[in-house]
Amino acid sequence: AETVTAACLPELLPLYYRRLFPFSQYHRWLSYGGVTKNYFQNREFSFTLKDDIYVRYQSFSNQNELEKEIQKMNPYKIDIGAVYSHRPNQHNTVKSGTFQALEKELVFDIDMTDYDDVRRCCSSADICTKCWILMTIAIRIIDRALREDFGFRHLLWVYSGRRGVHCWVCDEAARKLSVAARSAVAEYLTLVKGGEETVKKVQLSDPVHPFIKESLAVVRRYFTDYALVGQDIMGSKESMDKVVALVPDDILALCSFILLYVCIFSYQASSKKSYYTEEEIMLQYCYPRLDVNVSKGVNHLLKSPFSVHPKTGRISVPIDLRELGQFNPFDVPTISLICKELDRPRTAEEEEASVRERDPDGGEIFSDYKRTSLAKYVKLFDQFVEEMERSRKGELLRRTDLQKDF
Amino acid sequence: KKVTGKRRMRQIQILYGHCLQLYTQPPLENISLVEFEQFAVDRMKLLKTVENLGVTHIKTSEDYSKKLHAEISSLNFPHRTEAVASEYEKRRKDHISHFILRLAYCQTEDLRRWFIQQEMDLFRHRFNDLSPKSKSDFLHRNSLQYETEKKSLMEKLINSSYAFSGCTVEEQDFYKVPFQDALDLVRMRKVFVKDGFAYVPHQDIVTIVLNDYRTRLSKALALTARSLPVVQSDERLQPLLSHLSHAYVGQDYSIQKNIGKISLEQIDSLSTKSFPPCMRQLHKALRDSHHLRHGGRMQYGLFLKGIGLTLDQALQFWRAEFLRGKVDADKFDKAYAYSIRHMFGKEGKRTDYTPYSCMKVILSNPPSQGDHHGCPFRHSDPELLKQKLQSYKISSGGINQILELVKGMHYQLACQKYFELTHSIDDAGFSLNHPNQYFSESQKLLTGGKEVKRELDSPRRPHAAAGSENSKAPPETPSSSNRVPQEVMDDLDSFFQEE
Repeated sequence: AETVTAACLPELLPLYYRRLFPFSQYHRWLSYGGVTKNYFQNREFSFTLKDDIYVRYQSFSNQNELEKEIQKMNPYKIDIGAVYSHRPNQHNTVKSGTFQALEKELVFDIDMTDYDDVRRCCSSADICTKCWILMTIAIRIIDRALREDFGFRHLLWVYSGRRGVHCWVCDEAARKLSVAARSAVAEYLTLVKGGEETVKKVQLSDPVHPFIKESLAVVRRYFTDYALVGQDIMGSKESMDKVVALVPDDILALCSFILLYVCIFSYQASSKKSYYTEEEIMLQYCYPRLDVNVSKGVNHLLKSPFSVHPKTGRISVPIDLRELGQFNPFDVPTISLICKELDRPRTAEEEEASVRERDPDGGEIFSDYKRTSLAKYVKLFDQFVEEMERSRKGELLRRTDLQKDF
Repeated sequence: KKVTGKRRMRQIQILYGHCLQLYTQPPLENISLVEFEQFAVDRMKLLKTVENLGVTHIKTSEDYSKKLHAEISSLNFPHRTEAVASEYEKRRKDHISHFILRLAYCQTEDLRRWFIQQEMDLFRHRFNDLSPKSKSDFLHRNSLQYETEKKSLMEKLINSSYAFSGCTVEEQDFYKVPFQDALDLVRMRKVFVKDGFAYVPHQDIVTIVLNDYRTRLSKALALTARSLPVVQSDERLQPLLSHLSHAYVGQDYSIQKNIGKISLEQIDSLSTKSFPPCMRQLHKALRDSHHLRHGGRMQYGLFLKGIGLTLDQALQFWRAEFLRGKVDADKFDKAYAYSIRHMFGKEGKRTDYTPYSCMKVILSNPPSQGDHHGCPFRHSDPELLKQKLQSYKISSGGINQILELVKGMHYQLACQKYFELTHSIDDAGFSLNHPNQYFSESQKLLTGGKEVKRELDSPRRPHAAAGSENSKAPPETPSSSNRVPQEVMDDLDSFFQEE
């Protein structure tokens, strides 16, 4: 499937970019209401072209320029970077030292390969419905924390196209965060630490922070289905040994091997010493693993929503959190699917609808995505951008009220 | 001149109503140059103590607090929250001295960093020393926008979630702070975070306040640096300011003790036993090449003066050595003798030169190719330093300790460690600030503390700068005491020496 996709891309990408990519909403998003001058114009984009050619510091004056350039280059992948002090495509003309990354959304990248040590069903770039639950858990936990703890409101979760999800925090406050603040938020959210050499990756001690308690509540809901049933972590000696490796010696001494399951998961060890063994095991198996470096850097580039994944052909679509439980990465449309859907003859309904929505410039190509499986994702994206606009207007009104401007 | 009267009292009460301040408003009164200088020097001493204690103690330990508290008292800085007249005077001094030192320390990145570090440590100590009521008072006065959360709301939040070890909710006030202002606490999940706010308990608020202080001070210093040229053009202030950042505030060894006690034959053995490494290496270089360049001659020559060589001895010493080299008698008498006599104040300006302090050796005039002066811990390549220490027969454990200190840029502590290792003691018992101090401490140890009684005289040193307001003769100082003769500091010349 991968080689097939790669071979088709040169044919399909032009079609995708000409008739399906939601440029209008995309531009609306990144302009953020035009509140800050040149916000869109100073945004860096980067393209990965055919044969792995990578070009950075792309920038555009308006939606039209963006469209034309993308339709000309047909990038295999699009990344979004920071809003700089000057137009990125002119950065060489700027006095050295004055070209600086000023703002960017706060972003998170959760990648399934970071969980390889705790999933038995797949490894590396592979995913399946069994291990996808980890992403569901991650989204629930991180989304809650960003909203309830940090007060952020405009979060866009996006399927990365293959084996993970990204989160774009678009609040104004988030875009203005310093490197130190980004790294502090990422660290606040980090519970699983250590690489190959670390066996025990989660250590809890009193007092247990409310954030951890909230996260545990989420993990508990999924743990039995995910770990005990789906992954069957107690189903083989090898796998069980890994679990046992996380249990402190003093508890182990109390139980026989068979009782281990009962001891750990059924009751708390009653001793003066505080044990969080059950919690620690749960968290090590299920808690979200973030790449802190992605979040820290203001100038870090991240794959753009609606970008195509060159290996799988899947579109990086927004995820609807209201239907998170039903999200299946294997149902996400591929570029070949939606291009095929375009060629379908229109129904009478669709003809009518297309007449009603004529492009103001008189062009004929518009809203084609509505005829494809991409439709519901673009609608979701639309809602997200609308919500931000509504919020901006509300904020503006509030501020002018305070100033009593007539 | 001080404005007296009710208006003044009210001003003072507003300005100095709290013993601690953030130095947001510069002082607006006139002060005399004497006060200007005295305040600056006292605060310098305080900050130096802060630095030394900070390296040798844990900053929150009782020992640290006690010692720092003692220094603050003895230097007449505010440490009490009583509203008495004498306290107001101290707060005024605190206020003014801080701003004077800003002028001296804003000029380079290194100086700024040093100043901010010590001021922050000082502030942290003083803030932690306050009673809870006093802390709240301080926060309110400075409009540090931290709302105190109503206890009932906090109870609900806290009891359902986060139990702070050791303190119940009743004992605590919580401050609601935007999470961006409490990053270190948020990062480590040490505080409850909700809706973008961190709820910081009273005891942790100092971290927040410190960050705020650091930011303000950093900005202020940058601004000060821009307006500095105007200040520096004032000729009354220029010498003081340009030397303040390098000022040494301990005993200056310009009053020679033990004059004539050292004989030239002793110098070789003294150099290995009682000289600090900087002077030991200069002496060896002199013996080996029968010559030293200007920087080395100054540093070593003044040191020798400080240990008690007379002018005649010095002339004899240098002459004998240089003649073994490429210099003939005539040339020596013409060129080099003059500069030696200069050192002893017998030529030219007739200012009596002071032997260099460690600070001066470390910070000024770094050595270049062919030089042997400077501080080996600061200026030698670590590998070469290691080899040198090995040739001095220091244990490898000791060498590692020294190199660690060097890595941390604690050059004087490294030298102190060298002292301890070469004299086989655990604790030097003094804070090393001056090469001559090293020598006299070493001699004390080796000769069992038998010191020759100092001749009690009050030398009148010739004053070079006209218009100096402090032509007091330094009074007699008690003998066999390590206490710095404070009055010596009053003389502007004695610690602001020209090259």
